[in-house]
Amino acid sequence: MRVILATVSVLALVSACSPAAPPKPVALAPSATANDDLQKQLIEAKPGDVIEIGEGRFDFATPLSLDVDNVTLKGAGQDKTFISFKGQTGAGEGLLVTSDGVTLTGFTMEDAKGDGIKSKGADNITYKDLKVVWTGGPLTTNGAYGVYPVESKNVLIDGVTVSGASDAGIYVGQSENIIVRNSRAEYNVAGIEIENSSNADVHDNVATHNAGGILVFDLPNLPKIGGHSTRIFNNQVVENDTQNFAPPGNIVANVPTGSGVMLMANQNVHVFNNTFDKNQTTHVLIYGYSFAFDDERYNPLPRDFVIRDNTYGDGGNSPQGRLAPLAPAIGGKLPAIVWDGVTTYHGKTEDVRIAVREKPEVGFINLGLGVTPIDLTKAKPSTKRLPDFEIAEPPAVVLPQDKPATKEGA
Amino acid sequence: MSGSVRLLVVSLFLALAACSAPAGVKDSVILAADPAPKLSDYGFFATANAGAAVADGVRPYDLVNALFADYAGKHRFVYVPKGQSATYNPDTVFDFPVGSVLIKTFAFAPDMRDPALNERWIETRLLIHKSEGWVAYPYVWNAEQTEAVYSPVGGRQIVKTISPEGEALTINYAIPNRNQCKECHSRNKVFTPIGPSARNLNHVGPAGVQQIADWTERGILTGAPAEGLPTAPPAFGDQPLEQRARAWLDINCAHCHRAGGGASNSGLFLAWNETTPTGWGVHKRPTAAGRGSGDFLFVIEPGKPDQSIMIHRIGSVEPGVMMPELGRTTVDTRALALIREWIAAMPPVAQ
Repeated sequence: MRVILATVSVLALVSACSPAAPPKPVALAPSATANDDLQKQLIEAKPGDVIEIGEGRFDFATPLSLDVDNVTLKGAGQDKTFISFKGQTGAGEGLLVTSDGVTLTGFTMEDAKGDGIKSKGADNITYKDLKVVWTGGPLTTNGAYGVYPVESKNVLIDGVTVSGASDAGIYVGQSENIIVRNSRAEYNVAGIEIENSSNADVHDNVATHNAGGILVFDLPNLPKIGGHSTRIFNNQVVENDTQNFAPPGNIVANVPTGSGVMLMANQNVHVFNNTFDKNQTTHVLIYGYSFAFDDERYNPLPRDFVIRDNTYGDGGNSPQGRLAPLAPAIGGKLPAIVWDGVTTYHGKTEDVRIAVREKPEVGFINLGLGVTPIDLTKAKPSTKRLPDFEIAEPPAVVLPQDKPATKEGA
Repeated sequence: MSGSVRLLVVSLFLALAACSAPAGVKDSVILAADPAPKLSDYGFFATANAGAAVADGVRPYDLVNALFADYAGKHRFVYVPKGQSATYNPDTVFDFPVGSVLIKTFAFAPDMRDPALNERWIETRLLIHKSEGWVAYPYVWNAEQTEAVYSPVGGRQIVKTISPEGEALTINYAIPNRNQCKECHSRNKVFTPIGPSARNLNHVGPAGVQQIADWTERGILTGAPAEGLPTAPPAFGDQPLEQRARAWLDINCAHCHRAGGGASNSGLFLAWNETTPTGWGVHKRPTAAGRGSGDFLFVIEPGKPDQSIMIHRIGSVEPGVMMPELGRTTVDTRALALIREWIAAMPPVAQ
């Protein structure tokens, strides 16, 4: 041991003398200049750099941004490094990433004035073991999104906690190849939302105390439309009971409080092996886009969906939002799975396939609304499931930055 | 060579270079890998200031419509290396050769009704076309107004002034950092100048001459037709309301709100040549607005400016609500009135 130590010391001395030895990076400590110091490091970073933020509280006024590829921004741990934007003075988010191959890990961001962390056009990004929270709890004045990757390829969100977002806690938009796993979303309007995106695996997450647990949406009039191929599995979607606090006008303001999984428009979405409990509107809500739209590229129907092998506890006992008026007509309670039954838009009718492969006692209702934009007075509810279609499941999402853990030593 | 000897030699070399260098723009400094520490290192200005006395080849210009920046006065200059020129485009910013620089100084007078009186320079931004693309270098002026120093993280300065409308203002003026420069200037991830397009240059500028003809005569620009040049309608001129409103949105919003811009994912596209009303906000639902929606359903509710998200956000100074997100801390009241008038004049849409 002593020999090894001596050798290490000599090596250390030798490298210290070498003029080429780069200075060892020092983790940023809280100080009056920490905000500028960190931003300077982010601007001057070289690809491959690891920028470290030390333990403590960092009260930042100026939001941060990173535009250098392959940089890691690393805190001392999500319970040790706290970046607060309570006094934020500008811009739309706490941290903006616009470069590829970035890893963000090991810190908690608090009280961003707009979105928490946004990454735009940032491919191969990893959000790992971090938190984004609004410390005042669920408030309409909180920022919209907690973590917000958009227009990106290969997005990994792993071990992330978001709380208090006035839109979606974990939001992935207009992206492809996405994994959201081992994460926790609570006290947001939407816990986890995949929007206008393709090839997403959302698994082993907890979505609780949101207005809606997990959303998969496709919306018109955006550059990328036609969301498809999403798998939602092994999640705990329980007690989503926070009153919807989204500012009106935002699409999630229409999510009924107490929705477990809500799927809107989209194609080829598979929901399986999840645990649902105590979602007061319903556990699985399948909807067409229900507003007028003028986007010729857009299909507002949910189609080729499979709901199978989930576990359902109590729920549907107090439907909220736009579904509340329907409940009295069907016994005051909604079953575990609700489909609006919309198959027609702009004069076109499609053969919509919704496969419900659950035990016979799992309740299902087709509201029979027929046409979008919908008119709730035209509902023709039916509890008859559609035929059990064969709908191929999308393959597992594989990301280049996500090397599978080796079994050895596990 | 020991450190101190090396330093001495370098200092000596620098001193010699400073003595022997001819006055004027230093192309080698412009094209160096790193930003020069001081603005004077580039030699754009005949004296160490950002005033009118410029070095040979540096030409002042301005724009028909400009981005609102808390009422700051702006002094713009263009530099194109000798023997080279920018290439004319009818619709987009001209193609400037490598080595070109767009220089913009932001300044305030104590009373912006008389902007030349006791004006103080706050910052000078350089957009330099390096061989690998455009970069933005912010320089911040010292209190003595004798030098501006490279400041990659920007900063804040309290400015007391009186607006052109006569309102006393205390502005927490934000000098953007290098990344914030990119947020507005990136198009499909490529750093791109915003201002110097034919539409926006085609008038008589601060040099007292028609700018495109002047640039052509001086060899700064080639390929411009002698006539039939496009011109942006001045936002506060006397052309039709819709054209003026769209022209204001174009220069204040469309650098982000366009395909490939920083706000591309919103689907709200505000360039002057956007063709679909939904694209520029008519009955368009918000996408990622959060509380920026102000509880309204549409970006523009025709006939109802007070129920339009666009008015709510242009009229706000609250981070997370205000638009644009960067570059201002006060409300452009004149523009707010213009956009309000435009929306109020739109025929209502049946729900």
